[in-house]
Amino acid sequence: MIPRHLKIGMVVLLLAALGLGVYAWHMRKAVTATAVAPTDTRPLAPPVAGPTEGVVLFVAHDEDGTLRPESAQIPMPSGRQQRAEELLRALLSIYLDKSSPHVLGAGSEIRSVFLVDPGIAVIDLNAAFANTHRSGVLVEDLTVASLIHTISANTPGILKVQILVDGNERDTLAGHADLSSYYDVSAVNQLAVQLQPGQ
Amino acid sequence: MPWTKKIQSGENAGGLLVEAVSRSRVAAVAVVLLILVWALWLPGAPSEKHLSVYSTVANYSLPLVQREGRDYVGLLELFEPLGKVSAKSDSQRWRLRYNNVQADFQPGKTHAQVQGRDADLGGKFLLENGRGLVPVGSLGALMPRVLGGPVAVHEESDRVFIGGVATHFTASLTGDPARLVLHFTAPVNPSVATEPGALRMTFAHEPLVAPASPTLTFGSKTIPSAIYSESNGMAILTVNALIPVMATFGNDGRTITVSPAAPPVSAPPNPASQNIPPGATPATSAQPTQAAPAAPAAASAGRRYFAIVDASHGGDDHGETLSTTLLEKDVTVALARSLRQELESRGITTLVLRDSDANLSVDQRAVFANADHAAIYIALHAASSGHGVRVYTSMLPIGDNDRGPFRSWSTAQHSSLQLSQSTASLVAGEIQKRQIPVRDLSAPLRPLNNVIGPAIAVEVAPQGSDVSQLTAPDYEQLITSAVATAIAAARDQLGGAP
Repeated sequence: MIPRHLKIGMVVLLLAALGLGVYAWHMRKAVTATAVAPTDTRPLAPPVAGPTEGVVLFVAHDEDGTLRPESAQIPMPSGRQQRAEELLRALLSIYLDKSSPHVLGAGSEIRSVFLVDPGIAVIDLNAAFANTHRSGVLVEDLTVASLIHTISANTPGILKVQILVDGNERDTLAGHADLSSYYDVSAVNQLAVQLQPGQ
Repeated sequence: MPWTKKIQSGENAGGLLVEAVSRSRVAAVAVVLLILVWALWLPGAPSEKHLSVYSTVANYSLPLVQREGRDYVGLLELFEPLGKVSAKSDSQRWRLRYNNVQADFQPGKTHAQVQGRDADLGGKFLLENGRGLVPVGSLGALMPRVLGGPVAVHEESDRVFIGGVATHFTASLTGDPARLVLHFTAPVNPSVATEPGALRMTFAHEPLVAPASPTLTFGSKTIPSAIYSESNGMAILTVNALIPVMATFGNDGRTITVSPAAPPVSAPPNPASQNIPPGATPATSAQPTQAAPAAPAAASAGRRYFAIVDASHGGDDHGETLSTTLLEKDVTVALARSLRQELESRGITTLVLRDSDANLSVDQRAVFANADHAAIYIALHAASSGHGVRVYTSMLPIGDNDRGPFRSWSTAQHSSLQLSQSTASLVAGEIQKRQIPVRDLSAPLRPLNNVIGPAIAVEVAPQGSDVSQLTAPDYEQLITSAVATAIAAARDQLGGAP
């Protein structure tokens, strides 16, 4: 014979379990309905507009392994850091184009550029940039030289550059180009000279 | 309500508390014991077992699974690399089709039907998630019927030889001091490990088979014997030696010479002499070209090898995937061997840092080069993009300033950069003489920054778009002979390098 209070307790516990189950089901539906898409493409800042400005982009060409200056007119914001970001994004758009002379993987992005006084620039690439980059000394050399030479040539005062991937230090870009140290801009400028056509 | 009465009684409540405490202690002790048992068991846990299959089509390795105390292998995986294979299954039967041969298996049965004929499996056929598994012991009976040719199964060591693919070897002792020369009927590339009193060569990918007797005795005081053994899909040759020995590869991997590890030049002991990296095969004093002029004596003080050739990447680091069947790490090893041969033929003592598929970090590579005080460090790379050869020197990063006698690791190359650049120019010039497109560049490429002495990297790309040229012996030789000629020309200049 089961005592009455045990029966009551059991019924209460069952009801509580049932109630919690219904509540959990309701919460699950609510979460599913409000889930954010995995890739949030909503803009965080207004697009750059306004008057365009002439800049020189140093574009890598795989066919002959050279770095060639190309003039471009791009809208430039007033902030020094934002200008650096727009420069590199303009460069990246060339590489992501179908007729790119130096193909980068789909999804490659410049996450941000930080200019830290005195004379330090930090370029933060996304993971896709590095993970999909082709491996090889020259192809990685070209990418690094293109990024650094473009930013230093258009942004006076930069002496050294660090390249991060997803905000973290990484050993190499794709197995060869060293990303663990700061790049000396003057050394990269010398490399850019070596990479000019006819050198 | 007996339980409420117990709690109301102070004595009984105390008893319950003591009981609860003792239970928790027992539980804690049990957990500790479990952890101890786990910790003791873990190191002894058997490593994953593999079946190695050697054939004229492909050499490959398959994982084995343990069922009912026996080793089982998946039939689809077994036959897939050898030909066209498919399988169909229903609840009663699993049917395998290999080319035009059909085999029927029934789960739980110890016999199968191959082309309508009965085959004894020696154990139950198992069907797991549509995957047909047979005991390894059944392969000796099953595979010849399916493949229609001779198959030798080494069940104890999980090795299968399809057709006449076996690699044989002979061993002979020559010279004074004694050297053990091993001749193989096909090129081999074992991983080499040394331990006190022995040098062990593990042949993971080669169909090496035992000599007439697994124990070879040589009657030498320094290298008395060698023992051949097989296990877990591999062949192992252990050379017993009473002195430190090293292995040298020659004849395109068909000859391995095990010789005393005494330094070829009189030099004070240095860390490099005790620290041959895994997979490294140094040149020995027994090289036939030893009579050629050597580096200046003053320059060679404290140095065992004039040149260190580094086959970049290796192990888990494949480098660039040059094609579906060609990895950069394999091309660099072939180039390194070729370059060593070319350098040695010019009388330049050479150490190849990686002569097997070993993992070696860039820091380790720099440490070996620095500890040896090599006159020149040459890293080899291969690429599918671009044409011809690129010769690189270090593009030094911004590093910490040197402190007194201590040099910054990231800019250790600084004092030798000029000599590296002039050597790179010489190498590029020599390659250009051979009508191969060449460029002389700087690159942020480790470990060039970390090597104290002169250091260059050579990246080889095909002349056209066909990456298979990277494995063509004449193209390899054309490039490595040019590099070696340039290094030999710069010998006097490099001899005085730090």
